[in-house]
Amino acid sequence: MNTVSSLKQLQVINAIWWSIISIIHAFALSAFGLTVAEIFTDSLICNILLAAACQLIFSNMRFYLPRQEKYYYVLVISLAVSGVWLFVSNIILKNIFKSDEHYLAVLGSSLSIRYGVSFLMVSCMSMISLLWYTQQEQQETTSRKADAERLAKEAELFKLRQQLQPHFLFNSLNSISALTGTQPEKARHMIQQLSDFLRGTLRRDEQQWSSLKEELEYLQLYLDIEKVRFGYRLQTNIDCTDKALQMKLPSLLLQPVVENAIKFGLYDTVGEVLITLNATDKNEQLEITVTNPFDEETAQPLQGTGFGLASIKRRLFLLFARHDLLQTSAKDNKFITTIVIPQLYEGDHN
Amino acid sequence: MKAIIIDDEPLARSIVKEYLQHHPDIELLQECNDGFEGVKAINQHQPDLIFLDIQMPKINGFEMLELIDNPPAVIFTTAFEAYAIKAFETFAVDYLLKPFSQERFDKALQKLLLQQKNSGEKTKEIVEAAAQSPMQSNRVVVKDGGKIKIIPVPQIQYLEAADDYVKIITNDGAFLKKKTMQFFEDSLQPFHFARVHRSYIINTQLITRIDAHEKDSHLVLLSTGMRIPVSKAGFAKLKEILGL
Repeated sequence: MNTVSSLKQLQVINAIWWSIISIIHAFALSAFGLTVAEIFTDSLICNILLAAACQLIFSNMRFYLPRQEKYYYVLVISLAVSGVWLFVSNIILKNIFKSDEHYLAVLGSSLSIRYGVSFLMVSCMSMISLLWYTQQEQQETTSRKADAERLAKEAELFKLRQQLQPHFLFNSLNSISALTGTQPEKARHMIQQLSDFLRGTLRRDEQQWSSLKEELEYLQLYLDIEKVRFGYRLQTNIDCTDKALQMKLPSLLLQPVVENAIKFGLYDTVGEVLITLNATDKNEQLEITVTNPFDEETAQPLQGTGFGLASIKRRLFLLFARHDLLQTSAKDNKFITTIVIPQLYEGDHN
Repeated sequence: MKAIIIDDEPLARSIVKEYLQHHPDIELLQECNDGFEGVKAINQHQPDLIFLDIQMPKINGFEMLELIDNPPAVIFTTAFEAYAIKAFETFAVDYLLKPFSQERFDKALQKLLLQQKNSGEKTKEIVEAAAQSPMQSNRVVVKDGGKIKIIPVPQIQYLEAADDYVKIITNDGAFLKKKTMQFFEDSLQPFHFARVHRSYIINTQLITRIDAHEKDSHLVLLSTGMRIPVSKAGFAKLKEILGL
């Protein structure tokens, strides 16, 4: 689109340019005592031919853009095209005004000036063409590079979003298998929940952002399944401000954070595990805090920034180019994960 | 035959219980929530068979087995299909990947009956195999009297050979573990530990000074005030690690 409009602009300027040159040409000839018809014909033929020659150079460069020694190319082609132009225009004008001695004398004595002027014109035009096409090419390269980067980024984000723990899936299926014998109704309910959860994972690929409210609904499915698996051991407490509920965040970001907290909590402590999630709007940013219990004595130091959180960190970096959006801390046998989501999401209106 | 189920998910336990109803010859003694309960129940009841999950709170199934002196026959029940499981495949009676069917479960018990004579031996082999493979995590689980102690690797000061055992000296005192020095040398290497002597492995981050001692030998001073002998080969290793 950009190329077409700039090409049109170039053509308009080109036409104005040649009209001005023709008028200057005519004024210059009028000093030599020629008739109006002679001045008009001379100017018209010379400049139409010259314009055609320049157009030829311009079109030619679309197919062949000199890369090395491009300035020599401009020099040589300008010298050659000007020569050819002088030769052709001279023959035509001589033939038209065969019997006009005065005109032929003026023509003959002005040949070197004509060559000089046409050389300037042609070299100027070829420089413009060269710059124009070089710029076009650069623009294309830049946009292609940007496209490639965007695709790579999307692919990586897609991969990070897709990391569903097979462990979770198989254990859930095992729970369903257990329920089938004793409580078939409950088994059916859990299949429903698991299906909704999996469908959510698949469906959310395209729409990159969703509101906290939507994400919490999706998270609830996950929590319900985990509660069936772990029974009384797993307790959750979710607390959000109304404004925070309307704020947006990248989809499928929250669930892995909570999954990490649950795993961490369940496998690092014996007995009941309380997972809390708080969401607030702070400085027009969405701040989500997830806490889980852990044992300061025995927790493996690296576990907190294990794979679950590392991939979240990477996703936040790809989306916001910031490393400080995910923070973790440990206090009083509680492990706290804090995520800040700036509200400048893409695709505001779709 | 007496059996115990050890799994942290109630539903996972209930399915084993349900499948066991088809086997009246097996008496279910207890269900355990985690490895700690498991150790206690096994020592108390001396079962012939345990159904054991691997990923459990605090200590995992393998770590739990290490704490039992006369391990019974083991059938692993897990969703965890990692390479580790493959290593134990040949030693465990069987392992059931969740979710599993009644048929698959019956087959595992059949296999047990065929092997019953030497199943106790088998489990010993599992534990030995576990002892030979490097640690999976940065902690060591030991028995401290009746209690179970989990020692994070950074809290270990040094290790000393003690016949069939290795004495682990930590900030909270010394513990014995039935493993080889070679095992600890290999598995603690990524955590800045070095075997400086035939009988000693030290935490190199605690080194404050190295003094020449006798011909060809040195003494290393730890920040805790402990002096540990360093052999000629050990000194060469230390020089490499510390970049001297």
